[in-house]
Amino acid sequence: MIWKSAEYNGWGRVLKARGELARPERQSALAALPPAAAIGNCRSYGDACLNADGKAIQMTRLDRILGFDEATGVLHVEAGITVGEIARIYAPRGWLPAVMPGTGFATVGGCIANDVHGKNHHHAGSFGQHVQDITLLQNGKSRKVTPDKTPDLFRATLGGLGQTGTIVSARLKLLQCKGDLMTVTERRAENLDEFLALFDSSQATYSVGWIDATASGNALGRGILEEGETGYGMVPPAKRSRSVPFDAPGFALSPPVVRIFNQAYFRRIPERGRTQVKPINDFFFPLDKIHDWNRLYGKRGFHQFQCVVPVDATGSLREMLEKIAHSGLASPLAVLKRMGPGRAGYMSFPMEGYTLAVDFPNRGQSASLIARLEEMAAAAGGRIYLAKDALALAKRLKAMYPEQPKFAAAAAKADPEGQLATDLIRRLKLRSQK
Amino acid sequence: MSQTWILLGATSSMARAFARALAARGDSILLAGRDMADLKRLATDCAARGAAMAEAVKFDARNPAGFAAIIARAARQDGQISAAVFVGSMPEQSAIDAAPELIEGTVSDSFTGPAMFLQRLAPEIEARGGGTIVGIGSVAGDRGRIGNYVYGAAKAGFHTYLSGLRNRLTRAGGHVVTVKPGFVDTAMTWGLPGMFLVAAPEQVARDILRAVDRKKDVIYTPFFWRYIMLIIRMIPEFIFKKMSV
Repeated sequence: MIWKSAEYNGWGRVLKARGELARPERQSALAALPPAAAIGNCRSYGDACLNADGKAIQMTRLDRILGFDEATGVLHVEAGITVGEIARIYAPRGWLPAVMPGTGFATVGGCIANDVHGKNHHHAGSFGQHVQDITLLQNGKSRKVTPDKTPDLFRATLGGLGQTGTIVSARLKLLQCKGDLMTVTERRAENLDEFLALFDSSQATYSVGWIDATASGNALGRGILEEGETGYGMVPPAKRSRSVPFDAPGFALSPPVVRIFNQAYFRRIPERGRTQVKPINDFFFPLDKIHDWNRLYGKRGFHQFQCVVPVDATGSLREMLEKIAHSGLASPLAVLKRMGPGRAGYMSFPMEGYTLAVDFPNRGQSASLIARLEEMAAAAGGRIYLAKDALALAKRLKAMYPEQPKFAAAAAKADPEGQLATDLIRRLKLRSQK
Repeated sequence: MSQTWILLGATSSMARAFARALAARGDSILLAGRDMADLKRLATDCAARGAAMAEAVKFDARNPAGFAAIIARAARQDGQISAAVFVGSMPEQSAIDAAPELIEGTVSDSFTGPAMFLQRLAPEIEARGGGTIVGIGSVAGDRGRIGNYVYGAAKAGFHTYLSGLRNRLTRAGGHVVTVKPGFVDTAMTWGLPGMFLVAAPEQVARDILRAVDRKKDVIYTPFFWRYIMLIIRMIPEFIFKKMSV
């Protein structure tokens, strides 16, 4: 059968959709389908990958490598291949995707549609800044998009949530790496000021911070800065290492347990810091080892709140952390990171500043807390990340994404009948041209 | 020793997974099928994943005139030549009831076409003193069921053919593996009702490769289908004829 009736969900498992899914295995099978929202491995948390009561095309079986130029490092791939797979094949040969999101299961199509960022955003910018061209399928016609020849369509496609056509394939400029090992240095930051100062002075190629979202008072904003460089040598056996963040029982998410866990997780790093050598996957995709870790939050699922605020808005960041600590709702999964200015599209998330991401189990006051955090991010001149969002209101979006009208115009041209719309697009009225 | 594999029906997802597993070992692969555009994409994919050589070649199970050219291409390679047969077609039983002439195509795709190909390849394997044939059969070939007995009959014929070919090639140092997959998550089974314990193509590919390395004769994949089919085969015909499993 071509279409299968299925229930599927975003990674947070709060929002679900029932609809018709196709999963073509060849380009000819894809071309024979009517235009419909394309989805990958459904690693976006909310409803970016959902089309309730409609059709969606799962692209995961269109995952082939179509060519690689050793001289330039340009890799041509079908959209369904995952970044983890590219890293697995090419890291031993000295190349990595220039930007890798926090999960290796993200498809290239999804990385383009969300213009994702990684632990090197402050140097390398966003995923889309390393995309040389994209082949889209627009109403059955193939169309090549490049930053130089079709700049408007390119900018509407990067971070464009799949609204400018089905992303079929792309050429990515890979980054040279020394090998498939990482040298990772971890240092404690005792509070937010120290944390931000560590970030600002960090010279590392890759950096990310785990933040204890339950700490308050003098310890507010404390956490661990992880800095990484690629390297080569003997690969240590990929044991289930204790240094991986949440091997711990995540199902016990009551406030005292989270506080104790976070305390231990923080103290695990000696005060003077430590340096280890790890396989790259352990650094880039720490949670991928635990398949379906989203189930740790139980049936009701969870929300991730992720925002970015400008560099000068550290006061707002502090207020947000106070609110989160006070709520007692945070899970151990919380990340702070310095972002550079790099972004490739009208609807791209990144901006120069600090990004904060915190997971909340879907219970009690989580939704109202997140709504409040969104308001605070917007008031600080920041924005929220659509790939994570399940709760935002349409009226707040325009201020956060000032280039939305350009995006909507390009999407209307590419898909006049709105056949590519998803639940997220409808909820946030992202294609509205008013 | 250098290995060249001919994959018949290489556009199927099981064949693709198997081709990638071979590519990771550095083998040479001839990807045979009808959709040349798709096969060429698969060939670049296999080359990128480490295949010593990967080439798309035209193969249509219903057109034996094209077989010799594929075997001639393979014969240019050094080392051992092996082949894996993934072709087959399964029209709905109701479609066959409406148009019984569909039986001819089903049998050509699932049995006689591949058999004619392998019959031409056998002397090449014997001459080189080694090589493996992998034939993808089906649990449907173990017993005739109301839902797909034409497909099942074609696969049963193929099983018997493989058994005989094994008997022949073993004498010359060759080997034949019969693979009987249960439900596999492919385009053929996508959305079909009544699917359970569905295996990923990658898992099936791993099982096949292990069977090749260990020179197994007949495998079920995933393994538990051996026991499911054991039970189904043991049901007496006078009871089975009233069942719709």
